[in-house]
Amino acid sequence: MPAKIDRAFYDIGHLDSLAEADTPLHRLDPRAKLLTTAVFIVSVVSFGKYEIARLLPFFLYPAVLIGLGDLPLGFLLRKLLIVSPFILFVGIFNPWLDRTVLLQLGTLDITGGWLSFISLLLRFILTVGAGLILVASTGFTTICMALEKMGAPRIFAVQLLLLYRYLFILIGEAIRMIRAHSLRSFSRKGSISFRVFVQMLGNLLLRSIDRAQRIHMAMLSRAFTGKIRVIRQFRFGYQEVLFLTGFSGLFIILRATDAVDLLGRLVLEISR
Amino acid sequence: MHMADALLSPVVGGAMWAATAAVTVYSSTRVKQSLDEHKIPLMGVLAAFVFAAQMINFTIPATGSSGHLGGGLLLAILLGPQAAFLAIASVLTVQALFFADGGLLALGCNIVNLGFFPCFIVYPLIYKKIAGNRPTPGRLLTGSLAAAVVGLQLGSLGVVLATTLSGVSELPFASFALLMQPIHLAIGIVEGLVTAGVISFIRQARPEILEKAAADQPLGMVPIKPVLAGLALAAVLTGSLLSWYASSHPDGLEWAIFKVSGYEELDAPEVGMHHSLESIQEKTAFLPDYGFRETAEHESGRLGTSMAGLIGGLLVLLFGIGIGLLLKNLALPGTATRPRNA
Repeated sequence: MPAKIDRAFYDIGHLDSLAEADTPLHRLDPRAKLLTTAVFIVSVVSFGKYEIARLLPFFLYPAVLIGLGDLPLGFLLRKLLIVSPFILFVGIFNPWLDRTVLLQLGTLDITGGWLSFISLLLRFILTVGAGLILVASTGFTTICMALEKMGAPRIFAVQLLLLYRYLFILIGEAIRMIRAHSLRSFSRKGSISFRVFVQMLGNLLLRSIDRAQRIHMAMLSRAFTGKIRVIRQFRFGYQEVLFLTGFSGLFIILRATDAVDLLGRLVLEISR
Repeated sequence: MHMADALLSPVVGGAMWAATAAVTVYSSTRVKQSLDEHKIPLMGVLAAFVFAAQMINFTIPATGSSGHLGGGLLLAILLGPQAAFLAIASVLTVQALFFADGGLLALGCNIVNLGFFPCFIVYPLIYKKIAGNRPTPGRLLTGSLAAAVVGLQLGSLGVVLATTLSGVSELPFASFALLMQPIHLAIGIVEGLVTAGVISFIRQARPEILEKAAADQPLGMVPIKPVLAGLALAAVLTGSLLSWYASSHPDGLEWAIFKVSGYEELDAPEVGMHHSLESIQEKTAFLPDYGFRETAEHESGRLGTSMAGLIGGLLVLLFGIGIGLLLKNLALPGTATRPRNA
């Protein structure tokens, strides 16, 4: 379990350090990336539940972004794998429950359930992947700022920012507590009983509250007014407009028409 | 218990986003009006606390499994409903972005399930009624238990409803509910025990924190709440009705000729919260002659169509991967490489 915590700690830090790179993708205004991601996700999930072929072209977007932003594919895939169990749990019943044969490849009957299960997995990879890429290429602080610029309540944006600031401190605190506990409990192999657990949480809470007060005073004495400042300048220039309209247009075309089917027929015709 | 994007239809996800945006704006306004200044960093720290606390697991006796804190109810007790809602919403946002728990479209659902229910329904209607402002240990325990159990039941019902309404999973409503509700009964009991335990620990160690929280609460008790709940419900209902309408088109049948048609509503999620994005309504062209021609053919005709679709899809996929690889290896001008050892 401590390994799990250290892992989470490492992952957040790693995503953040990825966001500090300076590539064309990183330099784009965060609002453009946020909006494009939204259009992407909505287009992907709006397909019918048996759709597979028309989802495939959507992998173009993550592929291009990973290339543009020089993001580590292996790291992103591992993060996808970690969160996949819930989707697998819900989706694995589809092949069982829906046994209508919808597709025949030679003698192989493929049921609707398998098709919808595969479709579900594709959606999962696409949507979650798009979200991860957004963070890895933008960074959390910048996303908060973009949210505020786009009209989210200031308090909510500041709240997000503060949460993120404190997160590292408190996770560090929690890790130290667990480590201290497991060092003192040889025979129990670090498993925490309910009584101890509650006391640990209570202590962590008290420390957090005290720390909040100290930090707030420190911030006030450094003239914090509730406004977030970052160095990178935002400008919604022609690159942003191009990125947003280009990709959104592509998604909408891929969603509205059956370009994939046409291409496939063309190839079949030629090869005949 | 986090809802995922892949299980959602845009209509359901969009409706939940709308509801969440409304409640977020309302909560922010209330917090801004009523806040003494020190509460803002307190909200941030407590949200981070919930995050950190979720990483400490305790062993559930006699089972191999372990439990941890959810935190919605605890925050509502410490901060009052509006501030707690914002704090939980921020926790879920960070989880969605960094841990890919849930997803961006599902964020609305998750905030309603794990934030709105504990803070605005369960806390004032159950916890407050049972525990009152200065609860005895017994009342504190009963209140937390009842509130946490009901809150988690509502939350998991929310997941089941949203999934069923979206129609991506084949699980029938009843079986899915039967799978989810009992698990969340157990989780709810654990949550209630932990919440009561932590609150009574704080009461013994630093009673003034709770006094302060309780004193702040009258500000949170405003008559606008029923209106708000009505609003959220309306959004949910609209969404569900729309989605039923959308799913009543027989996609399954039409897919057999590899053509999803009819039309679907597309709701763009409001990324800027209350910044109103125009909702996109997109209609997919229905090509009747295409469909009829294919069905008129025999088995191989059907296969041909789907093969074409698959081949086309795979081609574009390969093309995409190619471009990605190319971009990655081609050092673009002005591209600073990321620190590899970070």
